[in-house]
Amino acid sequence: MTKSELIAQLAARFPQLVAKDADYAVKMILDAMTDALARGDRIEIRGFGSFALNYRPPRVGRNPKSGEKVHVPEKHVPHFKAGKELRERVDGSE
Amino acid sequence: MKVTLTKAELADLLFERVGLNKREAKDMVEGFFEEIRTALERGDSVKLSGFGNFQLRDKPQRPGRNPKTGEEIPITARRVVTFHASQKLKAAVEQLSDASRQP
Repeated sequence: MTKSELIAQLAARFPQLVAKDADYAVKMILDAMTDALARGDRIEIRGFGSFALNYRPPRVGRNPKSGEKVHVPEKHVPHFKAGKELRERVDGSE
Repeated sequence: MKVTLTKAELADLLFERVGLNKREAKDMVEGFFEEIRTALERGDSVKLSGFGNFQLRDKPQRPGRNPKTGEEIPITARRVVTFHASQKLKAAVEQLSDASRQP
């Protein structure tokens, strides 16, 4: 499923709204989630999962082509942990 | 202070900025996550360009252990969700310095 398919599904779910509202809502939700993580905040959606940042300390890496040492600065990477409901629904064996 | 974004804040945002009424805003946020869950439940991956992809991985059975008793018990085969952030999302959080990050 792509973003445009998700928007179409939501527009069909809310026939009383204009299609543009679903489009705008999806973009606003994703922007708010991106902004929250960019500020260093967590996201916690009950029944879906949580997003947080993991810290990666600075390290000395190597350019795989030249073998030259390069300094890789510290950074944060986004991490998602699926919530209970999502975990159970996806794993049909449970 | 540690801040957490939840469905309630997302609904407030849709109420204030998209002009949905409170009920619609709440239902839209719930619907957004429910549509993603439904797609993943059917075995579809979900690709939200500019944000990231939710993918499914089938993991085989592997040996495990009850950490309390030390008893050996198999971890059954299962399907799990993995999230891969887009380059845009990675770039947005990478710059965050440790000083500006809430503990």
